[in-house]
Amino acid sequence: MATTELVKGSRAARSTIALKLLMAVSGLLFIGFTVGHMYGNLKAFSGEEAFNEYAHHLRELGTPMLPYEGFLWIVRVGLLAAIIVHIACAVALWHRAAKARPVQYVAKKNRGSSLSSRTMRWGGITLLLFIVWHLLNFTIVKVNPSNGSTGDDNPYQLVVDTFDTPWMTVIYLLAMVALGFHLHHGTFSSLQTLGFTNTASSRARARAAGWIVAIVIAGGFTLVPLSVLVGIIEK
Amino acid sequence: MNLTLKIWRQSGPDDQGGIHTYQVSGISPDMSFLEMLDVLNEQLNEKGEEPIAFDSDCREGICGMCSLMINGEAHGPEVTTTCQLHMRSFTDGDTITIEPWRAEPFPVIKDLVVDRGAFDRIIQAGGFISAITGSAPEANSVPAPRDKAMRAFNVATCIGCGGCVAACPNGSASLFLGAKITHLGELPQGQPERWTRVVDMVGQHDHEGFGGCTNIGECAAACPKEIPLDVISQLNKDLRTALKMGL
Repeated sequence: MATTELVKGSRAARSTIALKLLMAVSGLLFIGFTVGHMYGNLKAFSGEEAFNEYAHHLRELGTPMLPYEGFLWIVRVGLLAAIIVHIACAVALWHRAAKARPVQYVAKKNRGSSLSSRTMRWGGITLLLFIVWHLLNFTIVKVNPSNGSTGDDNPYQLVVDTFDTPWMTVIYLLAMVALGFHLHHGTFSSLQTLGFTNTASSRARARAAGWIVAIVIAGGFTLVPLSVLVGIIEK
Repeated sequence: MNLTLKIWRQSGPDDQGGIHTYQVSGISPDMSFLEMLDVLNEQLNEKGEEPIAFDSDCREGICGMCSLMINGEAHGPEVTTTCQLHMRSFTDGDTITIEPWRAEPFPVIKDLVVDRGAFDRIIQAGGFISAITGSAPEANSVPAPRDKAMRAFNVATCIGCGGCVAACPNGSASLFLGAKITHLGELPQGQPERWTRVVDMVGQHDHEGFGGCTNIGECAAACPKEIPLDVISQLNKDLRTALKMGL
């Protein structure tokens, strides 16, 4: 697409950086959501009653100002909008990147990039597939070891049944590795895209934030499946 | 030193091109990489073969004309330009793969020579300041804070070689853009056009067909002038400000 003319009427909102800003903001929303989600999961360590009470409370949050499950649906619609934006921008930028290098190098070395930064796109697809699986497993309760009977009335049982099944636990643990990778680069990348890393020290802090977010969130999520597997959390 | 060279040969813009293998011998470790290619070209000339076309100009690391992807690294294994890379960075018997910069906006003209006119057009779109002509103004009449001046000078070392684009898996020129935006945006003389500059330069960058940045940092690692990654943050920040202004 090499040209010889100058473009007229460039707009900031139509630039690749605008797409990146949308990715950064929607990504930060996901980080916020996963923190809350992980906190809720850790309630499993307080026992069946506390966990189920928390799950029930999520549905009642905001009532009577909001209808039953109203808060939950607001979050769901928000997350759905964010994921559509995140994926649409990713696809557009991936397409651009592919067009920008039509002829590949015979030899190409990576010198300055982390593994997590180079696996954002395939890692993102992995996470998308996982989210579909995860919703079928826990939210829609179509795929679960107790044949769809424990979803609404006893989420704690569903969690324990699921993670008592080793192959299901393996899926979750692999997904958390993918999540950790995605968050490690995603956190830094969003801060850089938003323009918060203008000095060497702020860049180092953003990189550290990437490590902390990845370890705390992905690590926090793995605690429950691992604890069920080794019998710390049981029915 | 005896070396095996695998070099991209392409007779013209429309030729498909391919890797050809050459042997060179009697290379001194004190030769620059380009001098080593000069030796190969002399050998090719003697045999009546077409010499390999590659870009070079100052050969002292300041003009930004030389390029070359050497064993998968822009400007080779050292933090310097290809002309200032010396054969002592390689060992006797090495096989070295040499390719042109690969990016849609940098079309191959011949062999290892690519057209980097896209960078000129990005500069033309906004990489300038408007100044009154005539005799140079008194240097101290426009005060510039030292930290800002230092940052501007550090990133003004960008020579526009295109190594950042070559190293970037997305074929993005964000490091180049960021260097220019930071250089002009930190100085008082760059303020009047600051917000239209970023929009116009990014618009031209996108129009030329460069990819988007994913902040992975291959560009800064490849840059012979060690332009830091934070110029891309500055670029993003300036564009975000322009966005808020409705530009």
